[in-house]
Amino acid sequence: MNIHEYQAKAILRNFGVPVPEGHVVYNSNSARDWARRLGDGPWAVKAQIHAGGRGKGGGVKIAKTPDEVKQYARDMFGMTLVTHQTGPEGKVVKRVLIEQGCNIADEFYVSFLVDRATSKVTLMASAEGGMDIEEVAAKTPEKLFFEAIDPVVGLTAFQARKVAFKLGFAIPQVKQAVPLLQDLYKSFVEADCSLLEINPLVQTADGKLLCLDAKLNFDDNALFRHIRIRDLRDYDEEDPMEIEASQYDLSYIALDGNIGCMVNGAGLAMATMDIIKHYGGEPANFLDVGGGATIERVTEAFKIILSDTKVKGILVNIFGGIMKCDVIATGVIEAAKQVGVKVPLVVRLEGTNVEMGKKLLAESGLNIVSADGMADAAEKIVKAVNG
Amino acid sequence: MSILIDKNTKVITQGITGATGLFHAQGARDYGTQMVGGVTPGKGGSEIDGFPIYNTVEEAVRATGATASVIYVPPIGSADAIMEAVDAELDLVICITEGVPVLDMVKVKQYMQGKKTRLVGPNCPGVITPGQCKIGIMPGYIHKPGPVGVVSRSGTLTYEAVWQLTTRDIGQTTCVGIGGDPVNGTSHLDVLKMFEADPDTKSVIMIGEIGGDAEEKAAEYVRDHMTKPVAAFIAGATAPAGKRMGHAGAIISGGKGDAASKKAFLRECGISVADSPAEMAEALLKVWQP
Repeated sequence: MNIHEYQAKAILRNFGVPVPEGHVVYNSNSARDWARRLGDGPWAVKAQIHAGGRGKGGGVKIAKTPDEVKQYARDMFGMTLVTHQTGPEGKVVKRVLIEQGCNIADEFYVSFLVDRATSKVTLMASAEGGMDIEEVAAKTPEKLFFEAIDPVVGLTAFQARKVAFKLGFAIPQVKQAVPLLQDLYKSFVEADCSLLEINPLVQTADGKLLCLDAKLNFDDNALFRHIRIRDLRDYDEEDPMEIEASQYDLSYIALDGNIGCMVNGAGLAMATMDIIKHYGGEPANFLDVGGGATIERVTEAFKIILSDTKVKGILVNIFGGIMKCDVIATGVIEAAKQVGVKVPLVVRLEGTNVEMGKKLLAESGLNIVSADGMADAAEKIVKAVNG
Repeated sequence: MSILIDKNTKVITQGITGATGLFHAQGARDYGTQMVGGVTPGKGGSEIDGFPIYNTVEEAVRATGATASVIYVPPIGSADAIMEAVDAELDLVICITEGVPVLDMVKVKQYMQGKKTRLVGPNCPGVITPGQCKIGIMPGYIHKPGPVGVVSRSGTLTYEAVWQLTTRDIGQTTCVGIGGDPVNGTSHLDVLKMFEADPDTKSVIMIGEIGGDAEEKAAEYVRDHMTKPVAAFIAGATAPAGKRMGHAGAIISGGKGDAASKKAFLRECGISVADSPAEMAEALLKVWQP
């Protein structure tokens, strides 16, 4: 799960991490009011969407007067912000963060994430702050520093010090950096983050360290123990169909193609998308109905696939293990009847009770094309859609 | 022979009184696995469908002589269940549960340092040595005994590969589902080493996914040390960057771990890579004949 920058900063502030004073607003009048309340300018006016690269798209402005704050905020509200992370359709700005500005002397990069190779939380830091860190990693990997963290003892002072010296901090900043990095690590662990990124961490003209931007992603699997964080979910930032799907425990991701897919298992679902592409088609979605699909869930899955108007055909690919093929076939038939499938439907069933399943489909009187194997299924649906 | 499990493996089920745990314990027993009992704290001393229940893993091991455990405990208690099994010094623990928090697994991995237990999973279908022992949720009948080792991050995609082999009358030594989570017990590399050491395994199918570099690490081992032919498939060529495809592991960011670069590297290491998931068995037959 992702949250907004202002929400991330509020969490970090609770852990004692230095962040700028600021407030989120929902209209331009309160933008000006909050600018005045925050004290003297300048102020940063920052569009709140779940994507990076906002500055380049006009989503971050520095204002010198409260009226300018209001003006910038007014420009931002309702604007569709397109960045390299939003996709070409962009995201509409509905919340704006007003923050006290600061004089930046230097910029750094700091993040925490779980490293699969070591199975440990790892601190990653660079003096190349404010830059696209993937570019730094690709072009100048020697400018990135790593510290793997022991989960029992946590981020030690010496590790934080090592990183601080490598970043080139002077002693007064090293002294600030050690507790700052330790508090960031504490935030990461206690909030069950999957990513915590500060880019940039700045040193101000008067020598203070401050987290100017903050990005927190959370481990979805751990949200059950974080009710307050779960409440920060902003449904406006998510695909409405993905939200609908998640309510039925369906794992759905919308894509750009025109062949809808319904598959059991994440790996097989990805492979099904791949084979559609292999035969010259384009998948419209990733959809994993899971291992315990019921008639209701299959019906919902069909509804979600068909609510995407780009869909010109559907491929159902089920390898029934625990799930029996006759049950799936019944679900598909029920769903097709209820929803009224008007596009070509190719069904590939394999596994437990496959003969019964195929028989049910053949006798249903519905226009369902049966396929033998993944290749046959993909060829048939691509042919039906592309002609 | 086989790897990890065989007909002598005695298995206990942690979380046996849950609907899922019991269902799969029964399925494994029907397949012929020595399912010797189960653990549910508070229900020790009773029985469920002929399975004796114990309060603790330690007690179950002492009473049954079990050497392996399978975990169906819900995510909130999975990490604890794994550590309890490790503490009881089982040889093998297979965690089927999906949705275990990543930071719980970070702690588990630290806890396991220096201990003898091997963990497979979490978020995996389990392990099967066809004709001898099935531990997990895979349908037993699609497998048949034979010379091919199969290792995969995915469940149903593994069944697909196995089925492609079985329908060509090619059997399997052992099929290992290592699970799709970013932090797990056993890697592709670990399993390849075991297959290399197993005299009955003559060739291997490895199924990977986008994200991380576990497949690349395994491929380096194939290139430098493996004497047996290996075929592979990497799922996720069409997955958009930054999106999570059901498996927490299957996420690519910033162009690292994408399908195209993985496939290219695997080919450089001498692995026969299938471009289509329908051609996994064929890719193997290009480099190996039964």
